[in-house]
Amino acid sequence: MLLQIKNLHAGINGKEILRGVNLEVNEGEVHAIMGPNGTGKSTLASVIAGREVFDVTAGEILYHGKNLQKLSIEDRAREGIFLGFQYPVEIPGVSITNFMRTAVNEVRKFKGLDPLPGGDFLRLMEEKKKLVEITSNLTNRSVNEGFSGGEKKKNEIFQMAMLEPTLAILDETDSGLDIDALRIVANGVNKLRRPDNAFVVITHYQRLLDYIIPDFVHVLFQGKIVKSGGKELALELEEKGYDWIKQEQA
Amino acid sequence: MQTEIKEPITQQRFINQFEKNQTFLSANDTPTLAEIREKAFTSFVKLGFPDTSMEAWRLTDLQESFARGYDYLLHPIKELDAQKVFRCNIPHLDTAIIGQLNGWYVSKDVPMMELGNGIIMGSLAEARKKYPKLIEKYYGTMADDAGDGFTALNTAFAQDGVFIYVPDNVKSPKPVQLINVIHHDKNLFLQSRNLIVVGANAKLSLVHCDDSYNHQASFSNIVTEIHVGEHGVMDHYKLQNLNNNSTLISSVFFRLEASAGLESHYISLNGGLLRNNIRVLFNGPNGNANIYGIYLMDRKQHVDNQVFVDHAHPGCTSNETFKGILDEQAHAIFSGHVLVRRNSVKTDARQTNKNILLTDTARVNSQPFLEIYNDDVKCSHGSTTGQLDPESMFYLRQRGIGEESARMLLMFAFADEIVNKIGIPQLRQRIEDMVKKRLQGELQICEQCVLHCSTPEHPMEFNIDISKI
Ligand SMILES: Nc1ncnc2c1ncn2[C@@H]1O[C@H](COP(=O)(O)OP(=O)(O)O)[C@@H](O)[C@H]1O
Ligand SMILES: [Mg+2]
Repeated sequence: MLLQIKNLHAGINGKEILRGVNLEVNEGEVHAIMGPNGTGKSTLASVIAGREVFDVTAGEILYHGKNLQKLSIEDRAREGIFLGFQYPVEIPGVSITNFMRTAVNEVRKFKGLDPLPGGDFLRLMEEKKKLVEITSNLTNRSVNEGFSGGEKKKNEIFQMAMLEPTLAILDETDSGLDIDALRIVANGVNKLRRPDNAFVVITHYQRLLDYIIPDFVHVLFQGKIVKSGGKELALELEEKGYDWIKQEQA
Repeated sequence: MQTEIKEPITQQRFINQFEKNQTFLSANDTPTLAEIREKAFTSFVKLGFPDTSMEAWRLTDLQESFARGYDYLLHPIKELDAQKVFRCNIPHLDTAIIGQLNGWYVSKDVPMMELGNGIIMGSLAEARKKYPKLIEKYYGTMADDAGDGFTALNTAFAQDGVFIYVPDNVKSPKPVQLINVIHHDKNLFLQSRNLIVVGANAKLSLVHCDDSYNHQASFSNIVTEIHVGEHGVMDHYKLQNLNNNSTLISSVFFRLEASAGLESHYISLNGGLLRNNIRVLFNGPNGNANIYGIYLMDRKQHVDNQVFVDHAHPGCTSNETFKGILDEQAHAIFSGHVLVRRNSVKTDARQTNKNILLTDTARVNSQPFLEIYNDDVKCSHGSTTGQLDPESMFYLRQRGIGEESARMLLMFAFADEIVNKIGIPQLRQRIEDMVKKRLQGELQICEQCVLHCSTPEHPMEFNIDISKI
């Protein structure tokens, strides 16, 4: 099993946000996590990625059967965990090229590989840019600086393509995208699907799931997964909204 | 005559020394220059040295620096001049090089160079003799007392330094590199005086470096006057890479005539106590001045940038952007004072100061200050001080970049906003490398000194290849 989350409790400054999350993800699967605003979806993603501001108070996260607890953010990333940010951070002064070269080579170093020669790296960049239909020389610009919402999200998928993670968590990569950008992002994801990797797609809307067909859909509510099902659950949520979940839980 | 004293810096010491040596000091002065010297001495007697009771020195305490005790030499050390010469170079950067050792022009046999295109550069002492009229026209007309006795003291004792003259309509084809190296086997107090004249419609790039040769303590009081004529352009770089026992009071006075342009870059990489007095006077309308600063300080290092821009004429634009990264117990001060006078309509003045503190013990005092006496102006000022952005750190690390590398990337990016303003590509490359090394704690004086000057292991060699200028 790729990812196994058991009874995960986590919070910040003594405030509990996740209250017993259980989730199992196997290689080759696509999981969608849905749920109203403020229920802890982004927190769950951050905790899996190892963000230190959140405290894990109970439970555990196993990745390839190994407890992640003691692993730093960068080591989790190097082990193949990728987080597509809901709000990608603008980093003035760091070019995407420089950023990606550093990232790719640090990951390679971790795996005992030599740094990618300059020419090979640039070819890789070109190839992956095509995957998300980045035509401009976006890559010479500072990371996310002055990017439109769509450009930022495409840039996340581009980075994912560069790093070829084993577990990709995409946090509301669809929000704020027009239909063209949505299609491009979804295509990018679909092209990267392999039998040995998995995707956890956090989304608000069923829309994205027309393009990325999930194997499982989960509803996160008040820090817990309260419902799981197949892709038809997404349609049901689309139709009925979250109120019936809230009522069920009340 | 007393040429070597090692005692603390006090006002009385210099008063005595001046009185004893006045005839010697003014031996080559024209009556006008002698009068400037005399007046400066009177000012120094009145002003003395600053202390922390003065607003402009409230946060920079010189007591410890003063107390160390220094030699002050009224002659260059002859033997040193003969043997210790230096070669400095930035790879692939074609410059004219002028060297100064302990404040004295390193002349070899060429105290003054007159180039075919009318450019003159060489020793100020020599220029005082050779071009008295030219010197009188500019010397001492820009430097004022700036509220403390340092400039007056420098003027009273001024002997040597560098003189550069670029005539009207001449664009210096290559940057001039002015290298100050401090090298003495005892603590040393030194002063030098530089005069740079860029004529109307003329252009000069000047790379001015302050370097230490060893770890001996030093106290430098350097005054530089820079005149830029109408439509003239001055591209100015000040690189500071001094040892941790050094104190540097650097006062640069820029005077910009109508439509003149100034780009000034203050790059402080190392130094015990660095005080930069940067004064810009718009002496005609429609001038433009961009003043950039980056300082990277750690340990107990102290850097104090005092920028004063006098918008004395209408239609001028000034922009100050200073950024700093402070580690350990370093302390930085930024004081930007913009004065917009009553008739200076259509003034555009901006000030920004941004700092990153890497520890709880590093400190910053930032005081942008606008003093405006008319309504038709665009002015802004802002200052921020914070840590490395945790969101950015998380983002970088999530991509597999280690914590240390992520910090480096963010710090370098922060500094690069200033570094990438450097207009000479080879110099920019060099400074980028130095900033990276500095941020990784690998930059040392001498071993990695700004311009690959000499090290104790590699004796200095000084070559002026006039054909290359
Ligand atoms: N850094 C934080 N500090 C304090 N509270 C936080 C922080 N991040 C998230 N929260 C709180 O945790 C809850 C869940 O937030 P989040 O995980 O962003 O929800 P979602 O992604 O489902 O909209 C919210 O109540 C939010 O205010
Ligand atoms: Mg969220």
